[in-house]
Amino acid sequence: MAEQIALEGNQAVAEAMRQVNPDVVAAYPITPSTEVVQIFSQFAADGKVDTEFVAVESEHSAMTACISAALSGGRVMNATSSQGLALMWEMLYIGASLRTPITLALVNRALSGNINIHCDHSDSMGARDCGWIQLFCENAQEAYDTMFQAVRIGEDLRVRLPVMVCYDGFLVSHSVEMVKVEEDAAVADWVGPYVVDRPLLDVKKPYTVGPLDLQDFYFEHKRTQVEAYPGVPAVIEEVGASFEAAFGRPYGLMEPYMLDDAETAIVSLGSTAGTVKDIVDAQRAAGKAVGALKLRAFRPFPADELAAQLAGKKAVAVLDRSMSFGAASAPLYSEVTSALYARGATVPVATYVYGLGGREILPEHIEQVYEDLAAVAASQKADTQPKYLGLRE
Amino acid sequence: MPQLTEVRWHGRGGQGAKTAGYILAEAAAADGWQIQAFPEYGAERRGAPMRSFVRISDAPIRLRCPVRNPKIVIVLDDTLLGSEDVASGAADDAIVLVNTTMSPDEVRKQLSNPHLRVATVDATGIALDTIKRDIPNTPMLGALAKTTGVVTLEGAKRAVHEKLAGKLSEAVLQGNLAAIGRAYEEVREA
Repeated sequence: MAEQIALEGNQAVAEAMRQVNPDVVAAYPITPSTEVVQIFSQFAADGKVDTEFVAVESEHSAMTACISAALSGGRVMNATSSQGLALMWEMLYIGASLRTPITLALVNRALSGNINIHCDHSDSMGARDCGWIQLFCENAQEAYDTMFQAVRIGEDLRVRLPVMVCYDGFLVSHSVEMVKVEEDAAVADWVGPYVVDRPLLDVKKPYTVGPLDLQDFYFEHKRTQVEAYPGVPAVIEEVGASFEAAFGRPYGLMEPYMLDDAETAIVSLGSTAGTVKDIVDAQRAAGKAVGALKLRAFRPFPADELAAQLAGKKAVAVLDRSMSFGAASAPLYSEVTSALYARGATVPVATYVYGLGGREILPEHIEQVYEDLAAVAASQKADTQPKYLGLRE
Repeated sequence: MPQLTEVRWHGRGGQGAKTAGYILAEAAAADGWQIQAFPEYGAERRGAPMRSFVRISDAPIRLRCPVRNPKIVIVLDDTLLGSEDVASGAADDAIVLVNTTMSPDEVRKQLSNPHLRVATVDATGIALDTIKRDIPNTPMLGALAKTTGVVTLEGAKRAVHEKLAGKLSEAVLQGNLAAIGRAYEEVREA
């Protein structure tokens, strides 16, 4: 029987990895990696999984080993965070370019410097152009559920790409909450066996990966790689619908909340979307037509679907938990405004940066954003520079 | 609107505020409540002031921020009363439960809000007697059971047993369970 258990986010994700029982997990089992790997390595040591657990000497090596194992025909999983992801950076591009379906739990934490261990989305955003699918989770249940879906999405023969399952450091990773843990057999059946389409070790059908690829063909290969992405959103939705049919919890590209008849809306990623929903309920009770849009898929960015949800609103606010230094605007705001304006939507969009390095985001911050949005809706003008929530200035 | 009870623990690193918060949450979960529990991670070191938070509700908990308006405040170390505003944000019907040899009236004089309910118990003394170590967190669960309805005495003991059985020696586990019972009997409120 599926059961409700009090678990920390990292415990829930490690539990999902145990249930997937991957062929290989290659990890650097010390900070900045996560408790996910620590817990999973215990499962491996106790014989609760059949996984080959490879303890490597760095996060760079961890990703290298994961890519190699995936190319050889293994189902591969891993977990990391913050500086760990940053050290993988070179290999992240290679993993995506070689179309290796790896599932990586990413506990979102700040990047140095200065040294900080707490939540923000700088690590994910630093890797947003490398070709991985990025799915953001609001809570431990979503992180647990998304680990299974990530395996199916990444391994789908129409996709064949690595997937990051992103969830907020400490706020989700180290929070205890109730998680519905499904039966081992039920999730194993749902995930299904790994279809190996072209293992590197198949000597009857030899092929080459990662060779020198200069002016004559590199450009064509990148052009074909980009073709992998437009079809991914449909697969994310299909897998989400299949998961809902099996386990009753719906998943898609994004989660609109009281959005249909909303005049103003807040777009956010990760655990903050939970706080936003509470404020939407309170504002609705006070008669205000507000809504919210939680984005789940950040890569590929579901621009058409997002624009369809937000076009026609009187004003929108985007909350970014990272900054892009020297850029015209913060990452999520850039994507949302590009999606809207390229599709002719003229809704004014306000930009907010919050929560860097774990700075708390409080209900009154969200209330302030909705209050600001009422003014933006009236004037139809939004400042292009971000406002900072919860910052001492 | 959902019925939400928010709890804030004040302690020092090593006193078990995180573990006690988790045990409280798990006890509430066993009674069918939705729960959320998390510590405030700072520069972790033994003796440094730290806080942990528990939310208990009849509806799924979506808020993701520290508890600022607690219904229940638990102070594991009375030297914090002089350095931290443990009553911060607590409404007048909230209770402050302190591990101390002081009386509730003496503690009240040190609080920023004198209208709060105050209860005290010598959890350190009880822990030294029963567990043979200064770990005041589990006895506080017994005091909590007596002074609030948030957990029952049996629920607290069951949750401690589930959390700590196998991790501690049988003698230490039994010491913890005895400590909960003693704190339940000895807590004073005024």
